[in-house]
Amino acid sequence: MILTRLLPASVVGLILFFLAFPIVVVAIVSFSEATYLTFPPPAFGLRWYQAYFSSADWLKPTWVSLWVAAAVVVLATFLGTLAALGVSRLSRPMRIFATGLILSPMIVPGIVVAIGIYYAYSRYGLVGTPIAMVLAHTCLAVPFVVTSVTASLAGLDPRLEQASLSLGATPGATFWQVTLPLIRPGVLVGALFAFITSFDELIVALFISGTGAVTLPRRMWDDLRFQIDPTIAAVSTLTIVLTAALMGCAHILRKRNQA
Amino acid sequence: MSEITQPSPIAVPLGAPRPLLLNWRRYVPLLLVAPLLIYMLVLYALPVLAMLLRSLNDPTWTLSHYAALFEDVVFMKTFWITFNTSITVTLGCLILGYPVALGLVRAKTMAPLILVIILLPFWTSVLVRSYAWMVLLGRHGLVNEGLIALGMIDRPIRILNTPLATQIAMIHILLPYMILPIANALRQIDPSLIRAASGLGATPFMTFRQVILPLSMSGVAAGTLLTFVLALGFYITPAMVGGPRDITLSMLIAQQVDQLNWAYAATLSAVLLATALAILAAARHLPGVGNAFKTSMR
Repeated sequence: MILTRLLPASVVGLILFFLAFPIVVVAIVSFSEATYLTFPPPAFGLRWYQAYFSSADWLKPTWVSLWVAAAVVVLATFLGTLAALGVSRLSRPMRIFATGLILSPMIVPGIVVAIGIYYAYSRYGLVGTPIAMVLAHTCLAVPFVVTSVTASLAGLDPRLEQASLSLGATPGATFWQVTLPLIRPGVLVGALFAFITSFDELIVALFISGTGAVTLPRRMWDDLRFQIDPTIAAVSTLTIVLTAALMGCAHILRKRNQA
Repeated sequence: MSEITQPSPIAVPLGAPRPLLLNWRRYVPLLLVAPLLIYMLVLYALPVLAMLLRSLNDPTWTLSHYAALFEDVVFMKTFWITFNTSITVTLGCLILGYPVALGLVRAKTMAPLILVIILLPFWTSVLVRSYAWMVLLGRHGLVNEGLIALGMIDRPIRILNTPLATQIAMIHILLPYMILPIANALRQIDPSLIRAASGLGATPFMTFRQVILPLSMSGVAAGTLLTFVLALGFYITPAMVGGPRDITLSMLIAQQVDQLNWAYAATLSAVLLATALAILAAARHLPGVGNAFKTSMR
């Protein structure tokens, strides 16, 4: 009642329109038949998707991005889940140090992280290798795994683990048969976030992907310097669909976990 | 330890000390965290620190790089542009974000749809969203065509590659970071307080001004700080849609690295990082902010 008098729904609607519209426009432009960027498109078709799928210049960076992101998921989920299991039981000063270090990539400006990594990695000849991309992206992805797994551990009833131990299960068996199944949604959400973090990452890639490990965002960035042809709209739409689908999964998993 | 004193596991009464096992177990948490800590120290923290050190030891130990900043016109201008942009963007996000947060919390059947509209751009990469604004704001973009069709302008005006384009795109990108903490704070307000206020004769505006707004301030503070700190570090968006001369601190840093001017790049990085950390450190002492931060980051 207060809302309806004070805040016309139209105002909220307009702001939501502002949020959604640019993304909708990119999706529409990607189905244009025009050879240049124009809106509304004179005709609709899949020519820019064909252009993308038939161009090695686009497909190669796509595979690099997918492989790097997949490796990041494995590494970040493993290291992050282990750390999340230990971090709450550390002594206080150690816990503050560990959480500060692990979560800091969320706060430290991207450019500072990127040039720091570039500065050190270039000394060891890592720049331009997919391995460098995996190593660097894992640092950026790990905070999401740790926060996600920590959240599901916080919702875990400690009596379940105690019951398992007192019934004679070894700590290892307790972890595999009791703890892990219960925190699995949190681990999965963390893995999804890790994938997207790496797949969408640009600033670090600008500095260390070189010519040997050009990722998809890096390829889009390079292309945008010269032209904004609708191929990028097609690529953008595909990445929007992919990330939205994965994030949607993460969102549903998390909601189900909380319920 | 001899075989005789070694107690058999079955004979140990519950709660009795088991020295060997206990000592080993004390280090389990540390052993679990250690791989990640070592990984992040070696591959992220030490590289960043080594880079930052160049601001102090290039060519010998000196503070001259920092002292020089005070007379550095380029730095002063860049810092001002960065700060100014961040303030404008944060204010824009606050003005646009608060009504949406209210709408989201009060909506019933529409709530999932509103949430999707907020989260969809949130999940889209900064690069793609900046590209979307290039499409919209370009010379023959939808905004120019629309304004011409409406008769508000005669020929295309320059919006892309101006500070205005940066501000619009950054507000678009950062808006969810403002909406979600505010919505969180609003959701925690006890509805009986609102009913009590209107039951006692408060007009809707008075209820908002005296009950809802004060109780949502922790979310407003968290959203404002988060948005501002993130805005300070923006690089991709201003580089893509901003004016050629409106360089942010992040862009200046990247430029200096390209010219292998590491000492200067490191000094600027230290200033950028210190500014962000100082704002967050100050914010931690505001009541309710810490909590709101935690929930909004998830």
